[in-house]
Amino acid sequence: MELLMAIVAGLIFTAAIYLILSRSLIKVILGTGLLSHGAHLFILTMGGLGGSSPPVLADGATNFADPLPQALILTAIVISFGVTAFILVLAYRTYAVHKTDDLNSMKGNDEHD
Amino acid sequence: MINLLLFPIIIPFFFAIVLLFFKEQVRIQRILTVIGLSASIVASFALIMKVKQDGIQTLTLGSWPAPFGISMVSDMFSALLVTSTLVITLFVSIYSFSSIGEERERFFYYPAILFMITGVNGAFTTGDIFNMFVFFEVLLIASYLLIVLGGEKRQLRESIKYILVNVISSAFFVITIAYLYSVVGTLNMADIGQKIAEIGQPGIISVIGIMLLLVFGIKAGIFPLYFWMPGSYAAPPVPILALFGALLTKVGVYAITRTYTLFFVHDLAFTHTILMVLALLTIVAGCIGALAYFDLKQIIIYNILIAIGVILFGVSQMNEAGMQGAIFYLIHDMLIKGALFLIIGIMIVVTGTSNLREMGGLIKTHASLGWLFLIAAFGLAGIPPLSGFVGKLLIVQGGFENGQLFGTIVILASSLVVLLSVIRIFVYAFWGEPVPIQPTNRKTYKQMMFPAVMLVALSVLYGVGTEWIFPYVSDAAHVLLDPSSYINAVLKE
Repeated sequence: MELLMAIVAGLIFTAAIYLILSRSLIKVILGTGLLSHGAHLFILTMGGLGGSSPPVLADGATNFADPLPQALILTAIVISFGVTAFILVLAYRTYAVHKTDDLNSMKGNDEHD
Repeated sequence: MINLLLFPIIIPFFFAIVLLFFKEQVRIQRILTVIGLSASIVASFALIMKVKQDGIQTLTLGSWPAPFGISMVSDMFSALLVTSTLVITLFVSIYSFSSIGEERERFFYYPAILFMITGVNGAFTTGDIFNMFVFFEVLLIASYLLIVLGGEKRQLRESIKYILVNVISSAFFVITIAYLYSVVGTLNMADIGQKIAEIGQPGIISVIGIMLLLVFGIKAGIFPLYFWMPGSYAAPPVPILALFGALLTKVGVYAITRTYTLFFVHDLAFTHTILMVLALLTIVAGCIGALAYFDLKQIIIYNILIAIGVILFGVSQMNEAGMQGAIFYLIHDMLIKGALFLIIGIMIVVTGTSNLREMGGLIKTHASLGWLFLIAAFGLAGIPPLSGFVGKLLIVQGGFENGQLFGTIVILASSLVVLLSVIRIFVYAFWGEPVPIQPTNRKTYKQMMFPAVMLVALSVLYGVGTEWIFPYVSDAAHVLLDPSSYINAVLKE
């Protein structure tokens, strides 16, 4: 199960990198969103999936799922949610000011603005 | 158990929240910012004294015993960095009163600074690798606001790049933490150090080490990951640039130093050689950039790269002189870069341009500014007895003790390039025929000079007073070179 999930996370990363390398700003942002989803799935997998066992740790329990990765993911999801919201608004403002969402035409030389 | 080490994090955070209620009252915002930062500085000096007297201070949040709960750890290294961060922020804030403009002040400029300081100090103080990620995000989100505040055309364009680079590096950070967790099964940094020592750093740990270098290297701007820095840092106004240049890159340097002295110390030939080579390449790249540009901001931004390379070269030597030099130079560089950015900010206001070719003869109209710049420039290049000298001397000594002749000569040669690059500013801007300039408001000019003079004076004091400061630096280096003292302090309770 862990192996399958690792492969799925890898596929998500592939798609994310494909999107990030595109020229359209909105696709790049979708790519970063996908990248963080991949990272979250990856944390869950790396912590061990634990099957159907309960996430508790009592004295003497031998069969339990590790609850820590879930706490980490929760934090990471909230952060990536906030950042994605911010970057979408920023992208809209940039589009409104620059009249383009093509990253190629947003190159700029610092000495000739 | 002591709450003191949380104060430099909590006080700015508290004041940032209070400031949100005074959006329109710029005056109250300014006063509260100064009060908040001064209170934090007092707390951080108390913390330094406490650490000097009683050794490493730790706190476990919620009293969950260490390695299960989140630990906050303050050793001398982090206490020194926390203090210099707060001092620089105070002077940059005072500088902002007269230079940032009321428009920006009314749109949460000061709260953003204070939130950023919360994140920076938190990252310096935390003893938990995932908590470090969270504090990185706190400072990054505040920095996103600062870099885009004002919404000029160029700012928007560069912010997009800055944010994309940092979002991707954050995703890498999470992935690396996942790897680390699956190998050692813990997130507490002291515990990770102990576990890695037990299993003796197999190949996978070295891979994780390189991934962490990638993550922190993007923040610190080491070669070849600095590509985003010159463009993005030049976009926002000068006070924000000063904060970013003096503080944010140093958070990356701190994180590299911490992880490369606490975790990855069992295969120095591999990890630290890579670190050293990258540090030297960073210096070369910085030198080329510092000489190539005629833009004031760009010259100083590329000087940041040179300093990062010098510090990391000292860290990669892993001997006493090198580490002491790296710590001494790190704090020197925070002070002097803050001062230099403020000075070039004044020059840009006075002349109305940041292009050196359009300046000239400023010494006739602004003599004090010229001499101030010259002192700061000599300090940056490391002319004794100014503050850059001692740090570089120790780093060079560490390099020679390790037999790194070539690398050490690169460090020495880079000092000359640094001197040349800043003297070029002096020659072009202050000598020559005066260029007609708009008369500036003398009151504003004086208000902007005050924090710049204070920061230069501090850096001169830091250099001249080495004798008094050195015991603290030596304490900090001692903990870094002896990870077991850090580990014991955290895990003892």
